Amino acid sequence: MAVPIAWYLILSAALFSIGVFAFLIKRNIITIFMSIELMLNAVNLAFVAFANHWHQVSGQIFVFFVMVVAAAEAAVGLAIIIAVYRSRETLNVDQINLMKL
Amino acid sequence: MHLALFIIFGLMCLGGAVNLLLQRHPINSALSLIVVMSSLAVLYLLLGAEFLALAQIIVYSGAIMVLFVFVIMLLNAGEEERTHGSRAAYLAGIPGVMALFAVLTSTFFTLRTSFGSARLGGFLVTTQDLSRVLFRNLLLPFEVTSILILVAILGAVVLAGKER
Repeated sequence: MAVPIAWYLILSAALFSIGVFAFLIKRNIITIFMSIELMLNAVNLAFVAFANHWHQVSGQIFVFFVMVVAAAEAAVGLAIIIAVYRSRETLNVDQINLMKL
Repeated sequence: MHLALFIIFGLMCLGGAVNLLLQRHPINSALSLIVVMSSLAVLYLLLGAEFLALAQIIVYSGAIMVLFVFVIMLLNAGEEERTHGSRAAYLAGIPGVMALFAVLTSTFFTLRTSFGSARLGGFLVTTQDLSRVLFRNLLLPFEVTSILILVAILGAVVLAGKER
């Protein structure tokens, strides 16, 4: 039984929208960062679905590079969160409103 | 078989994402994100991306989410406080998200016949195929990402390791 590619793409769009929604309404900085990871994953699913549609390997190569960049981004982002928590003692984004550490 | 697996793991994905949105404690959100990522790995496997499915489990639900859980425990993050964010985010953002979802879904739905469908085993990218493209045509970008990772490690150490 074959599954239409469009269903995968619609699932990817739904995950991306949930990610943007969580980014907007969440107030904890770690949860906001996790919703960014959710958006990256949704885009990866779209890449893999299109790679399947066009029978191209390069779509999957893109996902590989996105994973690498996401790993680097997570390391730096969490380090920034730790630095912010050290100076502010809060994780609420409404109280983190100065660029200065 | 393919349809059943797609429905089961697609629903797990959506359920995990909605649970991330609804939970107020960050550790619960992190665990539901692990559910999303692991079920996405199964969907990659259904689409014939076997290396990416394993990399998804090892890199995302292994390394990155362990880092998240570690930071949540290190900072002893408690329940999220209920404060009001910016009004612009609510007024423009939430209709914007709805519009984005509606536009994407309607586009994909109207183009559904031209996209065709995915059969199990119809297109399989082995690790050999992937590495052939990666190490022949894209060797320079691959090496550049290793420099990126190195810079990221140094940045993380400098930012988080500073003691005052």
